[in-house]
Amino acid sequence: MSVVQTPAGRSVGQSLRRKEDPRLITGRATYVDDIVLPGMLYAAVVRSTEAHANIVSIDGSSPLGRPGIKGVYTGEDMSDLLAPLPMAWAPPGVEIKTPERWPLARGHVAHVGDAVAMVIGEDRYAVVDAAEQVQVEYEPLPVVVDVEEALKDEILVHASLGTNKTHEWSMGGGGDIEQALAASDVVVERRIVNHRTAGAAIECRGCIAEYRAGQLTVWSSTQVPHLVRLFFAVQMGIGEDKVRVIAPEVGGGFGGKLQIMAEETLCAWASKQLDRPVKWIETRSENMAVSHHGRDQVDYVRMGATRDGRITAFHANIIQDLGAYFGLLGPMIPELGAFVMTGCYKIPVVQTDITGVLTNKYITDAIRGAGRPEMTHMLEVTIDQLAEELGMDQIEIRRKNFIPEADFPYDTPYGITYDSGNYEAALDRALEIVDMDAFRAEQASLREDPTRPLRGIGFSTYTEVCGLAPSRAVGPSGFGLGIGLYESALVRVHPTGSVTVYTGASPHGQGHETGFAQIVADRFGVDPAVVEVVHGDTATGPMGLGTYGSRSLSIGGVACAHAAERIAAKCREIVAHNLEADPGDIEVRNGKFSLKGDPDQGMTLAEVAGCAYIDATKMPEGMELGLEQTLIYDPSNFVFPFGTHVCVVDVDAETGKVSVVRWVAVDDCGPAVNPMLIDGQVHGGVTHGIGQALYEQVVYDERGQLITGTFLDYALPTAEEIPSFETDRTETKSPSNSLGVKGIGEAGTIAATPAIVNAVIDALRHKGISDIDMPLTPMRVWQALEEARGRGEGPRDSEQGVSLPPQGEGSAGSGPTIPEGGAS
Amino acid sequence: MGRTVPLQVAVNGESYESEVPARLLLVHYLRDELKLTGTHVGCDTSNCGACTCLVDGESVKSCTLLAVQCDGAQITTIEGMVGDDGTLHPLQEGFWANHGLQCGYCTPGMIMAAADLLARRTGDGPISEEEVRKGLEGNLCRCTGYQNIVKAVQAAAEAQRGVAA
Repeated sequence: MSVVQTPAGRSVGQSLRRKEDPRLITGRATYVDDIVLPGMLYAAVVRSTEAHANIVSIDGSSPLGRPGIKGVYTGEDMSDLLAPLPMAWAPPGVEIKTPERWPLARGHVAHVGDAVAMVIGEDRYAVVDAAEQVQVEYEPLPVVVDVEEALKDEILVHASLGTNKTHEWSMGGGGDIEQALAASDVVVERRIVNHRTAGAAIECRGCIAEYRAGQLTVWSSTQVPHLVRLFFAVQMGIGEDKVRVIAPEVGGGFGGKLQIMAEETLCAWASKQLDRPVKWIETRSENMAVSHHGRDQVDYVRMGATRDGRITAFHANIIQDLGAYFGLLGPMIPELGAFVMTGCYKIPVVQTDITGVLTNKYITDAIRGAGRPEMTHMLEVTIDQLAEELGMDQIEIRRKNFIPEADFPYDTPYGITYDSGNYEAALDRALEIVDMDAFRAEQASLREDPTRPLRGIGFSTYTEVCGLAPSRAVGPSGFGLGIGLYESALVRVHPTGSVTVYTGASPHGQGHETGFAQIVADRFGVDPAVVEVVHGDTATGPMGLGTYGSRSLSIGGVACAHAAERIAAKCREIVAHNLEADPGDIEVRNGKFSLKGDPDQGMTLAEVAGCAYIDATKMPEGMELGLEQTLIYDPSNFVFPFGTHVCVVDVDAETGKVSVVRWVAVDDCGPAVNPMLIDGQVHGGVTHGIGQALYEQVVYDERGQLITGTFLDYALPTAEEIPSFETDRTETKSPSNSLGVKGIGEAGTIAATPAIVNAVIDALRHKGISDIDMPLTPMRVWQALEEARGRGEGPRDSEQGVSLPPQGEGSAGSGPTIPEGGAS
Repeated sequence: MGRTVPLQVAVNGESYESEVPARLLLVHYLRDELKLTGTHVGCDTSNCGACTCLVDGESVKSCTLLAVQCDGAQITTIEGMVGDDGTLHPLQEGFWANHGLQCGYCTPGMIMAAADLLARRTGDGPISEEEVRKGLEGNLCRCTGYQNIVKAVQAAAEAQRGVAA
């Protein structure tokens, strides 16, 4: 563990205990379902049991007669809505076919769980009973669930669009990809299925809406309260001054709450109808069906190289399964991955081709990493395949292609500028921890004993793009997002010297209240304990963009720093005035604004605040009273964290069960604000990746029925499957912001899956196996071993890896049971 | 809500007598009737453990138990773990000191399950990582990757043994 030395009295760099925790560990936090308003009603949603159908009729008369039931509504009742649910990406020059998506279906359902009616009543249990009494008659339509089948357009998800292909998007750089591949000594190709997963925050979604006298207040378990407010203004035609959105305590997001939720609209609309507050709390089985899924791509990749291992070209053809509609950012997800298509490597020619496709499944959208895990997976497993093809060591091939430290800032062939990097240093540090010689000796000795597991090691040297985002680059006239991705801060010093910080970032577990307090406290020479960070309420702070894309620290935290620095500059002038000194000679030291060279002379923040708020005679002539600053920070560039993750697995050759036995993570996210929080993000991020690589998969059957509808079927990793992680850091400053910081929330997830797959292949390569698609369930690994046995042992040729037939139910070995098969 | 039945329970040391619907789940009784909202609901299938509390000293998933099944029982929820003088329970202290939580939603259930795990131990040596991991496999956390939860529980066990962490 590298320890950051900070000057005495500075809190940045220290692993401070979290300010959030006392309420959370005592059961005193307030999540949305903990809120009860006077007169509050409950909503239940009637959802389609068909994956694709026309709605013939909906009869809600039976539940309407039940005691306590106040209303049953359908899509036709809600014809006064001014806009369908939004998709916020309109790239200039790209034609996108957008299926209309309303909070309640209008005559047609396109996936299991599509909302067809809403029941409102007095009691949580009664509305669920009543929803079951709503009679819906469907005329079933043909269903398409496989994305490559859907691309044939034989069955249309939305007949009105005339095709399932929503858009094509291509980006190339450095030259002609076909020429570059043709000129390469070697080309490796593969097809990768990056399967559908769930966000699976332990708190499901939920909201309460209260429409009263023209004022709408919405409490929602959301990552983006300001965006929800903005959308309400558009959709219901009320000014933002009349809409307040509050994200109370939010029990995890992972991207799943970066969404404009249909149910937010349902509750708001029903509250307006009934003049009562309306609450909707998602059940887990609803959550699995209709909280957006992630990943779900079929990727065709080709990598060219010289005989001596220099990568010459990389091409990815991505077929993205969007599900039945668009979520807020759905079609944009693979494009975000394309931004880091070159990873850590100097690849002269690259091209990404993306095809968006509709299927009769639920929408896919941003889940932790959002496009970057998929791209990193493609790159990192393919480079291992290339190493095998060339007979090179997997570490050597990476080193050979790394962008050298001296080349930063580095312009990729896509014209994206990597801010900073030192990939060698992170790899070297990881190798110091791992001890490869010892590992290879151990691996060889284990192989000699057939009763012992097969051991393998896998590497993932990643860089990713986060800190979303420079507004001019990504906004409507740039990349095409509906809004720029700046962040706001309001710092207010109170008359007695305590501080309130309002941030537009909207955390759900990350620890902003602690980390942002550390940043602000240091600028005033105060204890973080007297700095309160307020978030998640559109009525308190300025417009903000929320928390996702590992953006909070490098955008929101920097906004807080800049706002505090402006106030600190004013403080120095006030102190200089009182000490009859020059403001340039005042510095923050030992808890005071003090005179350089004579630290006994100085004023605390409380004393400065006394001048600014209480005794105006102590202020410089003409200076405004008060100590307060509102600021919007828009970054000049993204940030590009990086690192090396190393995974060691044991594979049981009899059962196919994979166990992660060691994980070394060396990450570089710039100077640490709170190392403890960084470690926590890495632990959780890697665990999310282990989940996808080994256990988790959203499965639909061929009729579009969801097989993994509960936590019984969707296997989140438990404490028993996850190892203890060995984490370390290098610190390379980003020139993109004044703190030099980069994001860390998604890095572990982005790095993880290829490290595991590469480790399993390393364990099995001598058996003739060089490719298995995730999730690496015991069944899949066992089948791969059986097929290899059938072929006879020995090195396989360099063709496409083992292709697996559709698989049956069940899995061998212990650990979570995972349904297999189906179309996802 | 149909038929109601009488219910008498002690929750966190306070006695309650209520008429509750026969089908009312314990978790909704705690949350909606007694306003003890520290116990959370995370799934419908008793997999996640966010709703874990202690009934007569044993950890139960309160989303899978009817309130009436607890007639006459002593129940402890996360709110009851804090001492009368506001002192944190060693587990609460352990979770705070070791960053054993992020979003906090699974935390009350984790702490209650860990309390049961520590209470059931027969050995008096330090609790191993493996023992904690196995003992908490009925509680899901999506944020922490479990490592700091394990450390938190081990630290609490040491504190309870009277060993300085």
